[in-house]
Amino acid sequence: MIKANNINKSFGKLHVLKNVSVNCAKGECIALIGPNGCGKTTLIKSILGMVVCDTGFITFNGKNIAHDWEYRSQIGYMPQMGKYPSNMSIGQIFSMMKDIRKNNNTILDEELIESFSLKDMLGKRMNTLSGGTIQKVSASLAFLFNPEVLILDEPTAGLDPIASEILKEKILKEKQKGKLILITSHILSELDDLVSEVIFMQDGQLFFHKKIEQLKSDTGEQKLSKAIASIMHNK
Amino acid sequence: MKKIIKYVIIDLLRNRVMMAYTLMLFIISLSIFNLEDNSAKGLLSLLNIILIIVPLVSLLFSTIYVYNSSEFLELLVSQPLQRKTIWLSIFIGLVTVMCLAFAIGIGLPILLFEMSDVGLMMLFTGLLLSIIFVALAMLVSVIARDKAKGIGAVILLWLYFSIIFDGLVLFILFQFADYPLEKAMVGIAVLNPIDLSRILILLKLEISALMGYTGAIFKNFFGTTFGMVITFLTLITWAVIPTWLSLKKFKSKDL
Repeated sequence: MIKANNINKSFGKLHVLKNVSVNCAKGECIALIGPNGCGKTTLIKSILGMVVCDTGFITFNGKNIAHDWEYRSQIGYMPQMGKYPSNMSIGQIFSMMKDIRKNNNTILDEELIESFSLKDMLGKRMNTLSGGTIQKVSASLAFLFNPEVLILDEPTAGLDPIASEILKEKILKEKQKGKLILITSHILSELDDLVSEVIFMQDGQLFFHKKIEQLKSDTGEQKLSKAIASIMHNK
Repeated sequence: MKKIIKYVIIDLLRNRVMMAYTLMLFIISLSIFNLEDNSAKGLLSLLNIILIIVPLVSLLFSTIYVYNSSEFLELLVSQPLQRKTIWLSIFIGLVTVMCLAFAIGIGLPILLFEMSDVGLMMLFTGLLLSIIFVALAMLVSVIARDKAKGIGAVILLWLYFSIIFDGLVLFILFQFADYPLEKAMVGIAVLNPIDLSRILILLKLEISALMGYTGAIFKNFFGTTFGMVITFLTLITWAVIPTWLSLKKFKSKDL
């Protein structure tokens, strides 16, 4: 569904992505892992078109995204650090996004707004919110338009245990509907029961892209965290 | 596109700085018209204020606004929207509100006290200047990533257009006083929208007779319909080129 072909990206002298090619198929739940600064967020941002890659191209459903923008209506994106206009309230953000994105055949999915009980604080301004609440808003926005693809950049960072459990359940539910889900996270233990494939990146390069069963059998470990640790160790 | 313009305009209309700017312009123009018994003289005083304040506020306010909306931009860019739409919406929103502030603050008093050729010309050039300097501000803010650098660059730009440029022109005039530079001055004036506006308005006032031979040449060029059309086209170019460049830059910007 999403294909990246040999993409390269440099920020000044820093070569962030080096010939990265990935192929993400529909219905998979893919974990994007790797050390800090290995280019995960840059890869995600280039899929979203927020970062323009230097060479190489990315296709979404077979269409090059370089001059396309409509494909983003099929993506729900939850940024690592959600940034929102500080003088708007939560309610205004939601209604603005609905105003911008909604067309006649989208079914709104307000389940997360309900379960995070954001309805009670619609009047609060964005600059008065805690980091965790901003994460809740980001998560609700990502799921709101029932997109085909969900891209979640460190979804549970900053969320309290209850909220992150709610979010994980929601992700599982969407996965069962056959959506493509891309997650980056540093907490490998919580990815265990979610993901079906693992992409491991290091220093801007794709280290491997494997099914989780294969990864487990290759390393002989049952837990994702152990499997990754043994790979890092043997390298 | 309309939806985003709507959000930008709503946000700007609530902005206190914008209200203060409108009010300040209104008070200045009212007091000038009330101080002078001859409203044509009032226009002349108003002219100098417009040529200094309008570019400065348009530049500074727009630059700061664009930097402060970086979150808004980031949010919109990840949505199914064209970058062109986002950028032009911000531009149109800023231009609309700037022009509105000018029209209320200066335009209204002009229409009340001095609805003449000169008054209308002043209103029109003031609006054009607002648009030009919003466009320049947006170009600077898309090029400079750092807010402090961007604001510094904008202040330098303003200094250049309102003070340094005139200094350079005077310098050239004195250095090459032996050569006939009158015609070249017409060409040089095109390089600065503020000067261009000043000449346009001064020529409408009768004091252009005091400007000597250069004034006569200016009158010959800018005073004719052909000259006026060329001047307005130049002013519009001053708005279009920075907008186009900033749009091109924004399309490939990493957010």
